[in-house]
Amino acid sequence: MAIFERLERGPLPVGEIARGLPVTRSAVSQHLKVLKHAGLVTSQRAANRQIYRIDANGVAGLRDYFDRFWQESLQSFKQAAEKPFTEKYR
Amino acid sequence: MNAVAAIPSVRHTIIVKASREHAFDVFTRGIDTWWFRDHHIGTEPLKEVVMEPRQGGRVFERGIRGAECDWGRVLVWEPPARLVVSWGIGGDWRFDPDLSRASEYEVRFIEEAPTRTRVEFEHRHFERHGEAGQNIRDRIEKGWAKLLAAYRESAKAA
Repeated sequence: MAIFERLERGPLPVGEIARGLPVTRSAVSQHLKVLKHAGLVTSQRAANRQIYRIDANGVAGLRDYFDRFWQESLQSFKQAAEKPFTEKYR
Repeated sequence: MNAVAAIPSVRHTIIVKASREHAFDVFTRGIDTWWFRDHHIGTEPLKEVVMEPRQGGRVFERGIRGAECDWGRVLVWEPPARLVVSWGIGGDWRFDPDLSRASEYEVRFIEEAPTRTRVEFEHRHFERHGEAGQNIRDRIEKGWAKLLAAYRESAKAA
């Protein structure tokens, strides 16, 4: 949870992500590996360090898609629910 | 992998000028009246969207020739206050019946006045679709590997 929240603020190397967290750096690395496998984060080598970032095209992209999807769908629902009683469905 | 970091939920709150009984009814039994027609995954054109009005009920689409395609299940059925539905469609736009790989949405209907209902919506646990996202990537990579192999063969032959 904390790892993802940190990355939401921008790309970071492992050391920065682990700072202040009550887990070891290797635990954080392990966690990042899982996140990477799940398609949630990507990494890039820069200045001899792996920099991690949220993968906008991965599952996070799915979230953005659903954010818009539900916003529109709920408006449609609101209109349907506010129709006069006589126009009730079915 | 429940230890995996969560992706933030999608949350929306809207006000509906109707009683919460009616709002709940339209959201569930009346889902077909407001669902966007182009949002479906079946191969047949969409005829209707159905939410079976009970705990464990199916949520599915029916095509114009009758083919049914599941979307999820009703996990919590508490009319007119609360509804939780699993969402088994991940990044590959296919239904996966395994609940451990499904996200879910919860809808709360809160009465502000007899004909005014606050609807709080949350779609959560997107990280559970992670595997599906991975599968797409794997397929694309395999596709490219095949293409490159074919290219290599034809380049050799030339």
